[in-house]
Amino acid sequence: MIAAPAAPAKICFEGVGKTFEIRSGPFVAVEGINLDIAAGSFFVIVGPSGCGKTTLLRMAAGLETPTTGTITIGRARADRPGNSMIFQGDSIFPWMTVFDNAAYGLRMRNAPKSEIDDVVGHYLDRTGLTKFAKAYPHQLSGGMKQRVSIARAFANDPEVLLMDEPFSALDEQNKTLLQEELLRIWEETKKTVLFITHSVDEAVTLGDKIMVMTAQPGREKAIIDVPFPRPRKVLELRAEPAYGELVYHIWGQLRDEVLAAKAGEAADAEGALR
Amino acid sequence: MITSTEPATTVAGDGPDAIIFKGTSSSKSRLSRDSSERLMGLVAPIGLFVLWELLADTHIIDTRFFPAPSSIASTFGTLIQNGQLLANTLISLERLFLGFLLGAIPALVIGLTMGLYRPVRALVEPLILGTYPIPKSAILPLILLIFGLGEPSKVVMVAIGVFYPVVINTVSGVLQIPKMYLDVGHNFGANRWNMFTTIALPGALPFIMTGIKLGAGLGLILIAIAEMIGAQSGLGYMIWNAWQILSVNTMYVGLIMIALVGFALTVILNEIERFLIPARQDR
Repeated sequence: MIAAPAAPAKICFEGVGKTFEIRSGPFVAVEGINLDIAAGSFFVIVGPSGCGKTTLLRMAAGLETPTTGTITIGRARADRPGNSMIFQGDSIFPWMTVFDNAAYGLRMRNAPKSEIDDVVGHYLDRTGLTKFAKAYPHQLSGGMKQRVSIARAFANDPEVLLMDEPFSALDEQNKTLLQEELLRIWEETKKTVLFITHSVDEAVTLGDKIMVMTAQPGREKAIIDVPFPRPRKVLELRAEPAYGELVYHIWGQLRDEVLAAKAGEAADAEGALR
Repeated sequence: MITSTEPATTVAGDGPDAIIFKGTSSSKSRLSRDSSERLMGLVAPIGLFVLWELLADTHIIDTRFFPAPSSIASTFGTLIQNGQLLANTLISLERLFLGFLLGAIPALVIGLTMGLYRPVRALVEPLILGTYPIPKSAILPLILLIFGLGEPSKVVMVAIGVFYPVVINTVSGVLQIPKMYLDVGHNFGANRWNMFTTIALPGALPFIMTGIKLGAGLGLILIAIAEMIGAQSGLGYMIWNAWQILSVNTMYVGLIMIALVGFALTVILNEIERFLIPARQDR
């Protein structure tokens, strides 16, 4: 494994934790997260469902406030938004056209019309949506809608991109296509990405570094480097033995946590039945 | 409680990665089916009129209460010629329109604010739900007392009728907007004003239009009642006055005219809805 030259940290988590107050008392979703995510890297967090990985991302997005610790996002340019998120599931507005959806961030910060036309036009082109610029979301398939969401985030030109299981609702074929497209667009911009997923395959396919999280409460279990060179081709990569070995290795880390999460769910269900 | 219902838009599962446009052939056949159904819709009323005419001409029914359609039609013609019908219709429409604006605009603003801000909702909701069950017609004497017999009392009656369905539907409309859309707004830098104009208003629009249609119907009922009691003009007045001078034909003309106004309102509001909510156009 060749060590990458140390890049400055773009996203810093320092002692980040989140506790929710629920009826049965405090619920620790995540705790003790310390992370330095290098500028221009693709960082993936993988963990069992309910491990607080989405909470972690929402805190980075500023949609939740951490109970402890701080999250810092390095700002290279003051006129740029700090982050843009690609949400899980259908997040594009059904009452706006594809173009208006993709232009949303730029419009919100009053970008000049010429810039909006250029930038949005570019990303609609990159996501293969140019023909559908005037279409409404209900005319699009799930994969197309998620492409709009990708175009919207990239067009906003943020310091960092946050992605919350963006492909989890898609079928296997669409998922593979979109992973490949995402990699292609990302490799052109090299923006820092924080990507959440429960899929080990997806993590290894996309990431430079992967953090495996423990089951509830979510903590860091391991950080794993992904040594594969870029640009990556999804299918070729998956055919390599090293890919399978890495997936197997990460699964080994994750397995106990998934089982623990399952046991926790079973206990909760039992408690609810009683 | 004003509760949110299921989101109005449901999203189909992941199909093949292609755009789904309606084929032209299917929309053409739908069009011809629509027009044939529309024709069939005319059969029943025309049949009824013919039957009515026959029964009236043969005096099987009492023409004092059910004058023949042909004689109603001739009264209709007279009232058009002497300008009474037009004048009364126009003044009713004016009251309806002004009352509509006076009721719908505050209802929209209050409804959107209640939907977006929980504390506002907690504060205002009991007030609205507490006064909602009062029959609007029962407030008329109070309104006449406060606003007098002039134009304002009629306009206010319509406004009250329009206000409730619009405000209640607007709140429900905002509450059914998936929370994710609000997250998107915050994440992409929408300010308070943007949250209203780009998310709450368009997201709640299908519900708002339902409220507006209900409100228009209620407004029409209330303008008729208000004009019967406290006015010297308008369709309601025309009907009431016809009763007092026992001009049954004029009464029927007034009823037909109100029905036509109601029908026109529905058509216009449906067209506005189609224009404002393009995403639902080809449902």
